Amino acid sequence: MSNDIKIKKGLDIKLIGEAEKATENAIISNFCTLRPEDFHGVIPKLLVKVGAKVKAGEPVFYDKSNEAIKFVSPVSGEILEILRGEKRKILAVKLQADKEQTYQDNGKFDVNSSNADKIKAHLLASGCWPFVKQRPYDVIANPNKSPKAIFISGYASAPLAADLDYTLKGKEAELQAAINALGKLTDGQVHVSVSKNGNSPFSGLSGLTLHTVSGPHPSGNVGTLINKIDPVNKGEVVWTVNAQDLVIIGDLLLTGKFNAERIVALAGSSIKKPRYFKTKIGSEIATMVYDNGVEKDGNNRIISGNVLTGKQVKPDGCLDYYSNVITVIPEGDDYELFGWNKPIFNKISLSRALTFSWLTPNKKFDLNTNTNGEHRAFVLTGNYEEVFPLDIFPLQILKACMYNDLDEMEALGMYEVAPEDFALTEFVCVSKQPHQEIIRKGLDVMIKEIG
Amino acid sequence: MGLKSTLHNLKEKYKGTKMAPAFNAIHTFLYLPNETTHNGTHIKVADDLKRTMNIVIMAMIPCLIFGMFNAGYQHFAALGTPVEFLSWDAFYIGLIKVLPLVIVSYGVGLAIEFLFAVIKKHEVEEGYLVTGMLVPLIVPIDTPLWMLAVAVAFGVVIGKEVFGGTGMNILNPALTIRAFLFFAYPTWMSGDKVWVHGAVERDQMIAAGEKLDAISGETILGSLAQGKEAGYELMDMFYGFIPGSVGETSTLLILLGGLFLIFTKIGSWRIMLSSVIGALTMGLIFNGLVNADIISEGSKFYGLMSTTYWHHLLIGGFAFGTVFMATDPVTASQTNKGKWIYGFLIGFLSIMIRVFNPAYPEGVMLAILLMNVFAPTIDHYVVQGNVKKRMKRFKVKNA
Repeated sequence: MSNDIKIKKGLDIKLIGEAEKATENAIISNFCTLRPEDFHGVIPKLLVKVGAKVKAGEPVFYDKSNEAIKFVSPVSGEILEILRGEKRKILAVKLQADKEQTYQDNGKFDVNSSNADKIKAHLLASGCWPFVKQRPYDVIANPNKSPKAIFISGYASAPLAADLDYTLKGKEAELQAAINALGKLTDGQVHVSVSKNGNSPFSGLSGLTLHTVSGPHPSGNVGTLINKIDPVNKGEVVWTVNAQDLVIIGDLLLTGKFNAERIVALAGSSIKKPRYFKTKIGSEIATMVYDNGVEKDGNNRIISGNVLTGKQVKPDGCLDYYSNVITVIPEGDDYELFGWNKPIFNKISLSRALTFSWLTPNKKFDLNTNTNGEHRAFVLTGNYEEVFPLDIFPLQILKACMYNDLDEMEALGMYEVAPEDFALTEFVCVSKQPHQEIIRKGLDVMIKEIG
Repeated sequence: MGLKSTLHNLKEKYKGTKMAPAFNAIHTFLYLPNETTHNGTHIKVADDLKRTMNIVIMAMIPCLIFGMFNAGYQHFAALGTPVEFLSWDAFYIGLIKVLPLVIVSYGVGLAIEFLFAVIKKHEVEEGYLVTGMLVPLIVPIDTPLWMLAVAVAFGVVIGKEVFGGTGMNILNPALTIRAFLFFAYPTWMSGDKVWVHGAVERDQMIAAGEKLDAISGETILGSLAQGKEAGYELMDMFYGFIPGSVGETSTLLILLGGLFLIFTKIGSWRIMLSSVIGALTMGLIFNGLVNADIISEGSKFYGLMSTTYWHHLLIGGFAFGTVFMATDPVTASQTNKGKWIYGFLIGFLSIMIRVFNPAYPEGVMLAILLMNVFAPTIDHYVVQGNVKKRMKRFKVKNA
């Protein structure tokens, strides 16, 4: 097995507004919001009522289908509001943060003298379990199953992503603690990918198998790593953890505290001073965005996450549970005269159909949210394959999802994929089809029918 | 209020009404819509289907203009009063003969597309933009307009809309239209008269008792199929100064169009290249049979079999079919490996049909239609390769 992974198919989307490598402390957010929709497939059961006081790390709700999985509060404070939607579905739990933060003490944890069950129980009880996700289905890992391997991407190749080499610097102790713990949860290995040209904090750690990756995005996606190292077969499970969440897990093991602090990149062409911020999960986005040159009534799209896979949030929205980047780009809700046939220099294109981005491969673009065309049936073929490095037929698997043919979905490799693997094909799609949504729905059908 | 806001207000007004698809279809030709992304990727590439289709049309425009000149040039040449190729006289004949074909093709086709869009309440998709341009280029110059209208209506409804519209059809709509013309009106569509403007008319005048010479409007393929000499210089064939369907004669311009499609990454170079390889292979096999004296000069297949293998690329509609119709992404193979097989078989079968079907020696139409039908099968086996690999991995693990 080679430790060098080179990706040829893919696309680096170069955008204006990369975060400068300087970290500020964000203004401490007065509010903190937990949104159950961040945890796909989880039906929350509340453990607290409005007005209750919680410490940071104290459970707020649990998963109805697996009561052991607890979701804890990132801050200490008072439950301010529980927002509900249709059929009383919980949309968000909003907390007012205390000025002085207090933490629930889970006690220091000795990984070396513990077995897998003990580690699992500790992570579940302390609220760190939701950071562990699984494939198939790209949902929070089922703690009752044992994964054949655990995969971590230490290299973010997505457009305007936070540079993990930078944000994880100095966190070697936490990372090592987390990896030691995770290593005991699998019979296989803990695979970590790092950039070939980078200086990753992972490279000095033990207890993991290091892979250097190079090539265009999605070389840093964990899905690419899995596909190249050890693809998921039917009946098998692998787990994935985001690199930045290892720090929270490690911190918990070392100190006993659930410390939801995270270094987040604030990036995008609408930001005047793109840079890094130290903030907490669930913090109000407004605390970072408006002090940095974004006009309050400007026509911008604020995204919790990167431009390919992130979620659109309102200015009073919050940093979601898994993201370490906030991107702000201009909205594109305007018409463009003869936009469909005039030569285009300021947008990215894979073709050369009077689009000239191929002339300037190193130019950074200022893209907006316009779809550049309307939704159509699948017509063109062959262009998804150019940006899709997995050994899977992208068009065919998307179509199988659309007509819900479970046998075909399984045969074509549905157990191996997550929606984010189809972000680039969605970006280049001439027919403007929602690939990630199609895959997500397909995975949900499989969970329901096959489990 | 500017045009932009006026149209925006109209769009809002029509929203949800039956008129909406029709209005939007016209509106989006003027303005790229103000639609933004919601879920999934927040940014998108610059290309959309309109741009893509537009590129294909641009690649065909030179063929259309050349076809207009050639229509007049062939007409006068056949009358015995030749004119310069690039002359107003030649172009005028072409204009009054070809433009109505274009108008009827687009008029009837788009009317049906709009009708279906309104009935089925979906947006008007761009597929017909290319079909509408292909059709006038692949029909004989003297095709009566009513026949064309009937054929277009048949092709769009049966060839495309019944399958669910753009993106869902199995057969190339332009070729469905062409095949309908051929099979519904065979006496008109085949033979040696319909290819040059005036030939049919002249025949009718002779039949009426006027003392005139008949015009021969035979295509090279027609001549060769009957064992006659081609009667044209090789370079004339390459440049396209020969009788044939309106826009398919100039191999040079088709080649340029093909290169343009490959350069813009809109057309599949795999299909084009493999189709040429397929044609050359079949041509070489036939040449080999002739050289080995298996086919004697008396054979009715001799004429086309003995044609030097690479001359096949220059005559008939092979080049046009390969570049503009075999590459239709909806009806072609959709996998990269499949495209090689699909293209190769189109080239291979085109030449085979040419030789063995002297009644209508243009094989490329039937070859593409046949392979359209088999494209999903080819893809199935290509995809099965990937599926088998996955199964094998699964079995090794669980052995």
